[in-house]
Formats: sequence, structure tokens, C-alpha cells
Amino acid sequence: MHFDPLFLSRLQFAWVVAWHFLLPAFTVGLASFIAFMEGLSFFTGRAVYLRISIFWTKIFAVSFGMGVVSGITMPFQFGTNWSRFSDDVGDIVSPLLGYEGLTAFFLEAAFLGVLLFGRKLVPRWAHFFAALMVALGTLASTFWILAVNSWMQTPAGFDFVDGRFQPRDWLEIIFNPSFPYRLAHVVTAIYITTGFVVAGVASFWLLRRRFYEEARTTLSMTLWLLSVLVPLQAAIGDQHGLDTLKYQPAKLAGIEAIWDGGRRLPWVLFAIPDDAAAKNLYEVSIPVVGSLILTHDVDGEVRGLKSFPPEDRPPVAVPFFGFRIMLACWGVMMLTVVLSWWLRMRRKLFDADWYHRLCMVVAPAGFVAVIAGWATTEVGRQPWTVYGLMRTADSVSPSLTAADVTLSLVAYSVVYVLMFAAGIAMMVRIFERGPIAADHADFIEGGRPQGPVEALSRGGEG
Amino acid sequence: MSAHVLDLAPIWAAILGVGVFLYVLLDGFDLGVGILYGFAPDRQSRNLMMNSIAPVWDGNETWLVLGGVALLAAFPLAFAIILPAVYFPMILMLLALVFRGVSFEFRFRDSEHRTFWDHAFCWGSALGAFAQGVVLGAFIQGFAVEGRHFAGRSFDVFTPFSLLTGVALMFGYALLGAGWLILKTEGPLQDMARRLGRIAFFGVLVAVVAVSLWTPFLHPAIGERWFSWPNIAWLSPVPILTAVAATAEWRALNDRSEIAPFLSAIALFVLSYLGLAISLFPMIVPYKYTIWQAASSEATQAFLLVGVLVLLPVILLYTAWSYWVFRGKVQANIGYH
Repeated sequence: MHFDPLFLSRLQFAWVVAWHFLLPAFTVGLASFIAFMEGLSFFTGRAVYLRISIFWTKIFAVSFGMGVVSGITMPFQFGTNWSRFSDDVGDIVSPLLGYEGLTAFFLEAAFLGVLLFGRKLVPRWAHFFAALMVALGTLASTFWILAVNSWMQTPAGFDFVDGRFQPRDWLEIIFNPSFPYRLAHVVTAIYITTGFVVAGVASFWLLRRRFYEEARTTLSMTLWLLSVLVPLQAAIGDQHGLDTLKYQPAKLAGIEAIWDGGRRLPWVLFAIPDDAAAKNLYEVSIPVVGSLILTHDVDGEVRGLKSFPPEDRPPVAVPFFGFRIMLACWGVMMLTVVLSWWLRMRRKLFDADWYHRLCMVVAPAGFVAVIAGWATTEVGRQPWTVYGLMRTADSVSPSLTAADVTLSLVAYSVVYVLMFAAGIAMMVRIFERGPIAADHADFIEGGRPQGPVEALSRGGEG
Repeated sequence: MSAHVLDLAPIWAAILGVGVFLYVLLDGFDLGVGILYGFAPDRQSRNLMMNSIAPVWDGNETWLVLGGVALLAAFPLAFAIILPAVYFPMILMLLALVFRGVSFEFRFRDSEHRTFWDHAFCWGSALGAFAQGVVLGAFIQGFAVEGRHFAGRSFDVFTPFSLLTGVALMFGYALLGAGWLILKTEGPLQDMARRLGRIAFFGVLVAVVAVSLWTPFLHPAIGERWFSWPNIAWLSPVPILTAVAATAEWRALNDRSEIAPFLSAIALFVLSYLGLAISLFPMIVPYKYTIWQAASSEATQAFLLVGVLVLLPVILLYTAWSYWVFRGKVQANIGYH
């Protein structure tokens, strides 16, 4: 680990993207949830849905604003710190980023204003439509950015011309081999993450014996959703793994800390991987299960890291532990879901304090899993930016000095810590205040008479 | 790609030019409101000023992302050279925009630290504008380039000229912001906007004259373009119209017109922008690479062009709708805060 511009630029990129990722991991799901609540409110007219929606829209406003400003940083990172990557790969990835802007960012931004401040200024259907468009925009953004990320993992549809990547087939570029799996995996992960936060907040209200109606509605609804998504995620993740085995064998070997390949491999439960000596220390493993999980066949063959030259191997510890942390989070979430089934059968879902405490503890599990999974896949891709084709070391801007990047990294660190600390504190306060204290005043008044929804939104505040 | 049917590079140069200009105009007025925010006398006025841009700032800032990504898509070589060259002003801008962007919500939610977020909003806007001006100045001056890389050092970007353009853009945005506030507010706040607008106008006037006189000496090609015959005749409308727009702006700031100050400020920006384009075209990495040399593959330019042609009109339509929803004077009594 050398504190050169390359390592510092990687650290800086990891820092800004990790913090940024936490926000869409929550807001993409929350946008869909709000649109759903607005829809229920619009079609059933029940006030509780409107109160829930107004409450979560406040949380959305705080987190989405942070997501926007931390996201604007990202494309510029490509230029400031990874200029050689931009030059060589720009012809392929940039139109996808361009489509992200055109199909997602403008849509989100324009309708967000109406969603947050326009409730009184537009008809009810238009406000519902705005909520739908914001949700659609967040999903479109997820689609494009994951297409870019997946292309870097499993590049396809390009030619090399003068050492630069040139597009050959856009459909192959977008729908590259890992994209469908990654998209399904990440979107599901985002919904799960949001679901556990919503369930955690509802449980918090139930424990405080407050906002009973809102809490019951959201807790029950999200636990049904999670009952589908959490088991489904295991199946999607499994398919994603098979895809990685096929297209990124060195990464898979890194994730599983397999040094010597072969058949009937054990599954490594725990170990301290030693990259230099190319072996595991203190290994605890289950015989044969490795091949079974990774290939769906006890006799399945998996390549080991030693079959790759040392300079082409990923560092093992981060993907290895990252993957296991993600799995552990899934286990806890699955247990929470199974317990909810049992409580529902006994009709005690809304009365079991211990379960609500559990939900509060599990609330941030999705974030941990998302970051662990992200670290697994990105560090597992090393030492490449474009897997197997362009090295991270050849991607960094040549003009940067270690002092330059240290200075910018310190600046990013200070600003992000400050912003996130303030933002999280603010959201916690909103959770505590709950839906009743909600808003008298979340609207901006243009020069227009008050719209028809006003009476309703006022009436809903009790 | 097969036969060369259409030269896409100038089309992309035009799209990029318009996209960046829309950014300058739209985020320009809301950064300008942020700069003027520091001069507001009380909380009531601050609330109004912030409310006047709260529903639209996010959309305005999206043009910045589109500008950056369009540069990467259409002219990746320019992106790869320019961004490392403007490393520090770029990071300053991004972090300033972070502070400013979160202030909208944070100031409202976090009443214990409202003064802090007030400062964050004002300083974030001011530093963001300044950093963009520095980038502009560095761009006009040109960069040290070797092959396909920026070959200078990261601090080379700060020169007397780029610091001048940095300050100039702060005044320019403040003028736009004043125009917006005159349009959106009334009473004492509008009077304040007129007063501050007049100060900003003087700053802009001095800056435009200084930059116009300095630029032709930065590079012989620029002087050549403006002062050689017959160019000097063809291009003379630009300075003449600028003088007309400046006069109109001054009168508008001093009479009771509510929309003319904003429109005249826009005219001043259009003309200054046009002047820069005339000075530099067809350079995308000034004095080193033209738009044709820095262009991405035809397949890349064509693929994204389809998206722009189909989606941009739709974007403009719903963006216009979102502005229309929040039309009229911004009110204080029932508001965001």
C-alpha cells in the first residue's frame, strides 16, 4: 500500500462513491414507496396513506438532496482523477451516462419540485403523476449506471482502435453478460434496504405507542414485500454468482479465497487470506459445499487464484470478507422475515415488543449489505478498471501528485462527514417527530389560489 | 462506422455550447440568488429568496451534469485533458455545490444551526460561481498539453486572468440573480434586488471590458480573429449589441420594469458567451485540439445524438411545466419555512 496518486485516487473514488451509493440505495426504493402510497391515497382516498406519504416525502427530500449533490461529484471524478480511463473508454461509457442524464436526472429534478412543493398548486392526479415520474426517474438512473458498471466488469460489444475502446454494438454494450443479473440484484437490494428502514421506523413508533395506524399499515405492508424479496434475492444472487464464475473467474476465486482450483472444493467459512504466500491462514471450511454452491454440482470445477499470474489477481481479503458480511446480513434479514410469518399466524405482529426492537436493530442491515456487496464486486474486479483489458494503474490522471490528491481527499472527507452527520441527525429527528407533526408548511406558495388538496392535507393532520 | 454522411462534430459542439449556456443561465440565476442571499437584511427575506429557487435549483444543476457528460461523450480527449488541468477549481466547485445544495433542506430542518446553513448557502453559491469562473479563465488561457494528456501541474490553473474571470462570473451571476429576484419578489426585497443589481452591474461592466481587452492578447489567434479585415466589420455587432444590452440593463434596473432586468442580463450573457465562442471556435482544447481532433467515434456521437434529439424537447417541455407551476411572485406567509 503505497500512498501514491493512484492509491489516493482509488481511496478518494471509493470514499465519494460509497457515501453516494448509500443514498440511492435508499431513495430509489423510497421513491417507489412514496409513489405507491400516493397511488393508494389517490385511488382509495384514505387519509392514512396521505399522512404516510407526506411523512416519507420529508425524509426523501433530505436524502435525495444529499444524493443529488454527492452524485454530481461522480462523473467529474472520471475526469479529474481518471483521465486516461475517460480518454480510452469515453466512447463507450459516456453515451450511457448521457442517457442517464436525459432519461433520469431531468425527470427526477423537474417532478421533484412538484412532488415536494406543489401539492397545493397542481391537481391531485398531477401530483400523483409527479410521484410516479420521480420513481421512474430513479429506476432509469439505476438502469444506466449499472449498465456502465457492468460493462466495466464484463466488457462486450467493442473493438480496439489505436488502443482505445470503440463501440461496435450498443445492445451488446448495454446488455453485457453481467448486466441483467447485476440490475436484478441491485434493484432488489435497494427495495430490501428501503423496506427494512421503513419497517424499523414503523416498529419504533409501535414501541413508543404512537402513530398506531401509520405504523401498522407500513409495517405490515413492507413485511409482505420483504417476504417476497428477501428469499428472491438469494436466488438472484446465486445466478449472479454463476455469471461471475463464467466471466470473472479470478474475481470469484478471490471472493471464495480459492487458491488451488479443482473439483469437490470445500466452502471456506472463515480464513485470513495471505496474498503474498498465496494461501489461507486459520481456514475453517465445509467439505464439497464450495463446488456445490458455486457450480451447482459437487464435482463442479472452479479455477483457483494460482492459475492467474500474481499481477492479475485481486486482493483477496476485501472481496472475501465483503461477501461474507453481505451473506450474514441476508441471514439476519431472512430470519426477521420468517419471524414475521410466525407472528402473523399468531396474530401478534403489532404487539410483540421484542420483535419491534429486532426490526429497529435490523433496519440498517440493508445498507451494510449493499456496501459490503459493492466492495466485493469492485475490489474483486481489481487490478482492472475494465476487467481483463485496462488496468487501474493505467487509468489514473498522469498529472496528479500525491500532495494534490491528499489535499482533495481531505477536503472530500471533511465535507462528506459533516454533510452525512447533519443529514442523518436530521432524519432521526424527523423519525422521532413522526407523521403528526407533519406539515403545515411543506408547500411553496406561487401566485395562485389554493388547490383542492389543501383541505384534505390539513384535515389529515388531526 | 460506414460512409461519412454527416459531420457530427460541429453539431455536438453546438449541443454542448447550448447545454453549457443553459447551465450558466439557469444555475447562474440561482447561484446568483445565493450570492445575494448574504446581503438579505432579515430571515423573512432570506426565506423568500430561498423559496424563489427551491423548486427549480435541482433541475438547473442537472444541466451541469449533462454538460460534463456531453463533453465526455462527444469530445473525450478534451474531457481527459481539461478536467485534470482544472483539478482544484473543479473540486472547489463540487464541494461548494454540496454545501449549497443541502442547505435548502438542512436550513429548514435544522433550526439550531440555521445560521451555519445560511452561511453554507451563501458561501457555497459564491465559491461555486468563483470556481466556475476560474475554470472558464483557464480554458481561455489554454493548457500545457503533451500528446493526449495535461502536462502541467494542478496549481497552474490559478493565474491573474483566471482569478479575474472567477470574480467576473460572481458579479455576472449576482446580476442574473438580481434579475430573477426582481421578477419573483415585490416591495422592499425587490428594491434591495434592484440596488444590489446595480452594484453587480458595475462589476459586470468592468469585468466584461477587462476580459475583452485582455483576451486578444492571450493568444495571437484571438486578436487575429477579431481585428483582421473583414472580420472586424462582420464581428462589430457583438460589441455594439453588448453596449446596447448594457444600456438597457442599466435603465431597467432604474425604472419599474420587472422582467427587463432579467432579460437584459440574459442578453449580456448571450453576447459575452458568443464573444468567447467566436474567439475560440473550433478549438475544444484551446490552441491545441479542434472539435474534429478531439471527437469521439461517429458511432458514439450518433448514438447519443438520437437520444438528445428525441428526449431534449420532452425535457424542455416538462421543465417548462415545472417552472409554470411555480409561476408568479413568491409568497412569505405560507411557505416552505
